[in-house]
Amino acid sequence: MNERISDTEDIVHAEHLAARPGDVLVGRSVTIDRPREELYAFWRNFENLPKFMHNILRVTALDATHSRWLVAAPAGKSVEWPSAITVDEPGHMIAWESEEGASIRNSGVVEFKDSPERRGTVVTVTLSYDPPGGTVGQLIAKLFHKEPKIQARRDLRRFKQLMETGEVATAAPPYAAPRA
Amino acid sequence: MRALTWHGKHDVRVDTVPDPRIVNPRDAIIRITSTAICGSDLHLYDHTIPTLKSGDVLGHEFMGEVVAVGPGNTKLRVGQRVVVPFVIACGGCFFCKNLQFAACDNSNPAESADMSEFLYGYPMTGAFGYSHLTGGYAGGQAEFARVPYSDIGPIVVPEGIEDEKVLFLSDILPTGWMAAVNCDIKPEEIVAVWGCGPVGLFAIQSAFALGAHRVIAIDHYPHRLALARSMGAETINFAESNVREALVEMTGGIGPDACIDAVGMESHGFTADSVLDKVKASIKLVTDETHGLRQVIIACRKGGRISIPGVYGGVTDKFPIGAMMEKGLTIRSGQTHVQKYMPDLLKLILAGKLDTTFLISHRLPLEEAPEGYKMFKERQNEVTKVVLKPAGIVRH
Repeated sequence: MNERISDTEDIVHAEHLAARPGDVLVGRSVTIDRPREELYAFWRNFENLPKFMHNILRVTALDATHSRWLVAAPAGKSVEWPSAITVDEPGHMIAWESEEGASIRNSGVVEFKDSPERRGTVVTVTLSYDPPGGTVGQLIAKLFHKEPKIQARRDLRRFKQLMETGEVATAAPPYAAPRA
Repeated sequence: MRALTWHGKHDVRVDTVPDPRIVNPRDAIIRITSTAICGSDLHLYDHTIPTLKSGDVLGHEFMGEVVAVGPGNTKLRVGQRVVVPFVIACGGCFFCKNLQFAACDNSNPAESADMSEFLYGYPMTGAFGYSHLTGGYAGGQAEFARVPYSDIGPIVVPEGIEDEKVLFLSDILPTGWMAAVNCDIKPEEIVAVWGCGPVGLFAIQSAFALGAHRVIAIDHYPHRLALARSMGAETINFAESNVREALVEMTGGIGPDACIDAVGMESHGFTADSVLDKVKASIKLVTDETHGLRQVIIACRKGGRISIPGVYGGVTDKFPIGAMMEKGLTIRSGQTHVQKYMPDLLKLILAGKLDTTFLISHRLPLEEAPEGYKMFKERQNEVTKVVLKPAGIVRH
């Protein structure tokens, strides 16, 4: 199910990913009916990422390009790593990469292009994860390995919802959707 | 609060559940004064729509009074009376901007949208009280409901007009209307309507309003056929007559110009294909029994139009693709873009040009909702529409 970098097609700007052969790679595009600059600006503030990436608990900006990510892991645990922005083209593209010491080496690229049909902005996200070999990372890695495509798909849907409607759709019991 | 909840096939109960709250900025909370049981709720009752979970609150036809409004909605005010569309639509996506509200890209939560993307190719819109395929939103057969995007969906109705005159703006009136709009009716044309349930009856009314010369209604319940006749339709009882032959005779050999399938899945019939559907559905080879739709396709005139407001959810077989292609039929379908049609239909009601109250046969307190489901399912001839009153029955 997971795509490997060696046989992945249609991944835009994969050259900006710090991915290596064997990494898990996921990519997906979505059209969002908002201006490119607005979407870029929201994403560029990495502290916004937990608003739509639900496995990320908190991102703390350290300076203009460095941040620390606190990510949910199975069994109520969490894992933290430093991350750095490696490419920043305002209004067009952001690439980032985990730094030395990350228990799961990972990188990502998000690209914003005007929809040719004037339907807003085509947002393409490509993420890469390194399946850790050590025992420490294995439990945590399950989270990423299980369904990285599903995670990316849902994160992008939430980003679209937030940008187009100002909120993330929910029917979570008990208060958003009461149930017996 | 008290709410009607689903627990399994033919097992619905009134339970005490948590009160809903404002969760998102554009939410509103509605205190429900009237809510109806829809024919499509019977698909849930019969458990032919998948992805229901025990404890789900049902109901997608409701109205009431606004009791709380989130900070992101500057249009609604506490105290206003509103009718709520069953389709939950954001108003901001490509589809909503094209007035295709029932195709909203954002209202189905990210987690539940996976299912319909897998089944149908793209994620479907959210809807109230209609399984987790449409988001798992709690329904309106309850004392209160949380209404997302409440600046887009609910329509404010004037004080002084009774609930029952406007309640059906939530679903079946715009559904019958869109069914007729989808027929692209030209003057002097004949429209045939399969199914004289609430949507079929409103489709008959709408077809006349949109200029149909004649409407022919098909059902097998005498009372429902009588209602269709009272609206000006000619009728065929499919238990007594061969429908296609009757339609050929009644249309001078040409056939109806447009046909509406207001039956949907779980179609009744006394013919071989219908019996075969039942058997196959019972062993899950098909999910949708489509005897009615097959008959619609065969009966429609060459070059005619078919409109399908009836609900289908899965797959079928013995679909007469040859008749569809060779006759050059146009088929239009879909869940109703309720938000698109509500304002104009409200105007027609207020102007006295549309009356929908004739449909209501039973009024029950919410506590008796399970009995309402049972009677709507088992006594379809005389039980045409059940309206539930969570705040108690007020006689006007």
